[in-house]
Amino acid sequence: MKCIVCVKQVPDTSGKVAVKPDGTMDRSKMAAITNPDDLNAVEAALTLKDHQSDVKVVVVSMGPPPAARMLRELLAMGCDEAVLISGREFGGSDTFATSQILAAAIQHMGLERDDVIFCGRQAIDGDTAQVGPQIAEKLGIPQVTYAAEIQKTGDTLTVRRMLEDGYMTIQVQTPCLITCIKELNTPRYQTVRGILECDQKPYQVYDYETLKDEPLIEPDTIGLKGSPTNVYKSFSPPVKGAGQMLEGSGRETVDQLFGILAEKHII
Amino acid sequence: MILSEKHQMMRNLFRQFAETEFTSELLDELEETGEFNRAMHDKMAQYGFHGVKIPVEYGGQGGDSLAYVLMIEEFARVSPVLSIYANTSNSLGSGPLLFCGTEEQKQKYLVPVAKGEKILVFALTEPGAGSDAGGTLTTAVEDGDYFVLNGRKTFISGAPFADYAVIYARTDPSQKGSKGISMFLVDMKLPGVSCGKPEHKMGIIGYPTSDIILEDVRVHKSDLLGPLHKGFATAMKTLDGGRLGMAAQALGIAQGCLDESIRYAKERKQFGKPIAKFQAISFMIADMATEIEAARQLIYSTAVRKDAGDPESSKLCAMCKLFAAEMGNRVAYKAVQIHGGYGYIKEYKVERFYRDARITSIYEGTSQVQQMVISGNLLK
Repeated sequence: MKCIVCVKQVPDTSGKVAVKPDGTMDRSKMAAITNPDDLNAVEAALTLKDHQSDVKVVVVSMGPPPAARMLRELLAMGCDEAVLISGREFGGSDTFATSQILAAAIQHMGLERDDVIFCGRQAIDGDTAQVGPQIAEKLGIPQVTYAAEIQKTGDTLTVRRMLEDGYMTIQVQTPCLITCIKELNTPRYQTVRGILECDQKPYQVYDYETLKDEPLIEPDTIGLKGSPTNVYKSFSPPVKGAGQMLEGSGRETVDQLFGILAEKHII
Repeated sequence: MILSEKHQMMRNLFRQFAETEFTSELLDELEETGEFNRAMHDKMAQYGFHGVKIPVEYGGQGGDSLAYVLMIEEFARVSPVLSIYANTSNSLGSGPLLFCGTEEQKQKYLVPVAKGEKILVFALTEPGAGSDAGGTLTTAVEDGDYFVLNGRKTFISGAPFADYAVIYARTDPSQKGSKGISMFLVDMKLPGVSCGKPEHKMGIIGYPTSDIILEDVRVHKSDLLGPLHKGFATAMKTLDGGRLGMAAQALGIAQGCLDESIRYAKERKQFGKPIAKFQAISFMIADMATEIEAARQLIYSTAVRKDAGDPESSKLCAMCKLFAAEMGNRVAYKAVQIHGGYGYIKEYKVERFYRDARITSIYEGTSQVQQMVISGNLLK
């Protein structure tokens, strides 16, 4: 069986967000990392591979050529194959067009009966959580979002979803798409041997030529032209002041808290 | 030197591992208990760090000397003691086996060591034979299919929890100095092997060091490592690689000191402004960074030249160790100075770095021994 993992290279937003004068994000000034939730998706696939020897893990990413570095890192983590979807025609895609292209790429590689597609819940640069669900819709397969636990028995996956107000456990048949959250697992590190051998693993680039005959690919469904949404402006939110922690549970701490609040004229 | 993409990936991996796994809670625990942390050893084993430089066919990762120094540097930058956890197996432990072990010995000892399943230590130093390793008094006397070992090894890092030790013993008492010494692979569970009390050390706390006492220990002849009476040459060859690692450790400590000093100098205010604004502090930081970069370039290039078989690599490894260890001590001194009184307090990282830096100019050959090696090479 195949585990197809969709990953995205994103700017590291844990530091300061660099913004161009036109309001869009200046990616060249920020370190590029693998989207954190996508690493949980990779780990989910690799865990299945640990337990089932016939599992092949294929990582897929759409992005500019530098994203190849990220894919090599994922091969060094233990993934078996990598596909980079890259081409000018795909540039400027929003989530609708991106999911269209990713779904086409998955169709191109062939989605079989026992395959599972893993995605991260959402990317830290856009925070939409739309691409995974849209891929499933476009492929006409079931989807389970916010997976915090996954168990596989035959062609059935039992997934525990983590929702705001509780958990939901549901069963789903393969082929299906799962979006993963950080509570699902702790992604493994690469290994030195993995780094040394990652170039020997299959690596392919899908450009427009590769995918143009796929039914989902039309000039008006991909790239900027196929994107109904456009980013109007992006900015760094104002930095919150550092909080103050009071420790202890006794009366003394409460008195201290009252003192601080009174000093600030809050009470 | 510009690192290749693969070495950059390795550096990122080592840095990410150290910054994530070497938590302040773990570092405090090591400092407080002084004990070996098996869980961290096992975690490093999971990612093959104990065999970074050991060939794949012997259970290692197949990395080169540059991969090894990058690991030690990045680990030491966060925790000098934890850099030792992944060091011995890649240098002094595996070195003699790789240089002259038989295939059978490599399979039996090297493979589990590379995988982190077993711990192998290097036992050369004796109470009366430190810098003068040729003064070895431990003896090995042939008796049928065995050698009978007697003697005492001292300051052996990792001895209290080791599975095996490479023991240097005199097999030919008629030969003086470095001649007539042989190497043996000794199972630490053999009758007659015991360890002294772990030493109370100034630094590198959390990786116990003790004596190994050998009393009529019967070691089978199949565990003689390398040719009889010629163990000293292998010891010296092994120490070359070890010196490179210890130079990388000093480099990592210095980088850690610099990171902390920059952070502190920007935060700490005196006379109404951050102390980083004062030339006395900023120039110290400039000097620290310059020396660190000089050491880094020397170490990285030596790692590459050593693997390429450069005939000067023995001298270069000694230069790395000499320069990096002395530099590390200078940088640690300045880091504490920049921190002022706080640098003298245990809660501050530089206090620990300062103590850990001190050993780098002593173990695996003092700075003076490195000067002997370098000058000996130049004045032959």
